[in-house]
Amino acid sequence: MSQDTLFDKVWDLHKVSSLPGGSDQIFIGLHLIHEVTSPQAFGALKDKKLKVKFPDRTVATVDHIVPTDNQSRPFKDNLAEQMIETLEKNCSEHNIRFFNIGSGNQGIVHVVAPELGLTQPGMTIACGDSHTSTHGAFGSIAFGIGTSQVRDVLATQTLAMNKLKVRQIWCDNKLSKGVYAKDLVLHIINKLGVKAGAGFAYEFAGPAIHELSMEERMTICNMSIEGGARCGYINPDAKTFSYIKNKLYAPKNEHWDRALRWWESLKSDENSIYDDVIKLDASKVEPTVTWGITPGQSISINQQIPLLDELSPNDKLVAEEAYEYMSFKPGQLIKDTPVDVCFIGSCTNGRISDLRVAAKVLKGKKVSKNVKAFAVPGSEKVATEAKEEGLDQIFKDSGFQWREPGCSMCLAMNSDKLIGNQVSASSSNRNFKGRQGSPSGRTLLMSPAMVAAAAINGKVSDVREFIN
Amino acid sequence: MKSDFTPPIGKISNIHGQCISLIGNDIDTDRIIPARFLKCVNFDSLGESVFEDDRKTLKGKHPFDLEENKNASILVVNSNFGCGSSREHAPQALMRWGIKAIIGESFADIFYSNCIAIGIPCFTLPKKSIEEIQNYCNNQSLLLEIDLKNSLAKSKDLNFNLEIKESSKKMFLSGEWDATAKLLEKSSLVERKYKELPYVKFI
Repeated sequence: MSQDTLFDKVWDLHKVSSLPGGSDQIFIGLHLIHEVTSPQAFGALKDKKLKVKFPDRTVATVDHIVPTDNQSRPFKDNLAEQMIETLEKNCSEHNIRFFNIGSGNQGIVHVVAPELGLTQPGMTIACGDSHTSTHGAFGSIAFGIGTSQVRDVLATQTLAMNKLKVRQIWCDNKLSKGVYAKDLVLHIINKLGVKAGAGFAYEFAGPAIHELSMEERMTICNMSIEGGARCGYINPDAKTFSYIKNKLYAPKNEHWDRALRWWESLKSDENSIYDDVIKLDASKVEPTVTWGITPGQSISINQQIPLLDELSPNDKLVAEEAYEYMSFKPGQLIKDTPVDVCFIGSCTNGRISDLRVAAKVLKGKKVSKNVKAFAVPGSEKVATEAKEEGLDQIFKDSGFQWREPGCSMCLAMNSDKLIGNQVSASSSNRNFKGRQGSPSGRTLLMSPAMVAAAAINGKVSDVREFIN
Repeated sequence: MKSDFTPPIGKISNIHGQCISLIGNDIDTDRIIPARFLKCVNFDSLGESVFEDDRKTLKGKHPFDLEENKNASILVVNSNFGCGSSREHAPQALMRWGIKAIIGESFADIFYSNCIAIGIPCFTLPKKSIEEIQNYCNNQSLLLEIDLKNSLAKSKDLNFNLEIKESSKKMFLSGEWDATAKLLEKSSLVERKYKELPYVKFI
């Protein structure tokens, strides 16, 4: 059982009571909601005649269903319109802060909360979305929940949960040029497997993690869930505090000084005990691309798709399914695989630094004529910042479509979808069968820089050939 | 999909039903219920869309389409079932199709929590036992009697000692698996905690 890790400290601080059977009642410091997983929770509150316990601890935005081409209301899609109206009504009835389209603060919930300074070290954060692990980048304990649990947080500001074990993933050295946080996290998931994190919180640590910017750290923690860990976190440091400073909801004046003193004390002790420790060398990671139907099925850009015999017995079943679905042959190189669609966006890689990196690759180049490419900023703030820096123009000049903020083709709940068995090079987080909107669509996950390189060449490419 | 759906309430101690075997590791919640069906403000009509894309691909040969499985209620799966998205729509769709319990090699964490929260007990068994059940189901229908108190699954030919988290087991046996009421009991402690937390005062 772990001791004195950041996870233990934050858990203990938020523990309200012990429940029968060994689970704990945990206070949730920040509850984020969106239009897809909250309506039934509000419905249940109504049925049970309950109110929202602390409306000031819940914040809402709209992201999954929003169109990224024409956002005028009512939306063309009646069901999407009904969902946003339901959220508007619920937030207004229960006095919940809501960042709607046009507010200047709307966007993907996991992009919005950090950029507004809502996400802070030492908090517990829950949201009806599995990528809530993103917020762990700030040294908070953050995890995805289902709709019944959204109801519980609304009604009681607490959750019944079994305490997780803690696995430290220590990353030595640092990433080499042309290799990004996305490559590192895909590498970690590949090494550990997509179910290794079940029952665990992942603590990402070591020199390679320390070196990363806050946005890169968010990419790492975001994908903890793809390795099975519903919670991933990084001990906060000076980078964390300076990212938060002066944000809209960051503590101000004397509150800032108090907050800082507390935050500086919040980290895993040097001699803390972990349930498990894994060490890896980040300098060995290369640009990484998924070839299969789980985020664990990835290889370096110059590697071949594994042969069945090279895989562990447990991985063979899914590998066979993946060869067939992806129409890949074992032993085939991933490099030069033709792509039809290139997507840059999502809660994994839709932040300003992601757009900057991709724009650097795209500048002065043209997207291949066979490729439909589009960039979807993670939030209205990201979009504004990108425009101020002229990034939107670089994207448009290269042949990318520049869209309005939302989740878009990461999960294709709006009209941004793959068609038939198109192959997509995507900066998102899931390559599941059908994930990007077509039941036979194929997704190759990679870093935004690698998506940009694929867009130019019309095929999977090594971005290092563009930046040297 | 069964037309007479009523959500479970109260104590759950025995589940009697036919098994339906679904082979595959890492079956994610996007496959259980594709995202386009999440455009809804209630869960009512999800049952008919469960595994929609997989079923279309298999043109009637998916286990959820086979005539002999139409009354099945105990789903038997392999490892990391329900990985990916936190959408509760996935267990809601399974429940509305007719699933009352799931036995698997392992479950993804959020999916497991969602199942418990809506009254679907999830049990684990070693890979070998799951394969034994799945092979049996290939040839004939398997009726299981699950005794939650003793964590036993019995049938005419096969018997298993099931594993279930102690906290989940207690909740189902006492009927307190709908957590809201339990959490509300500690209202005064929750208010004290709210006042104690340093960051609440930061803004």
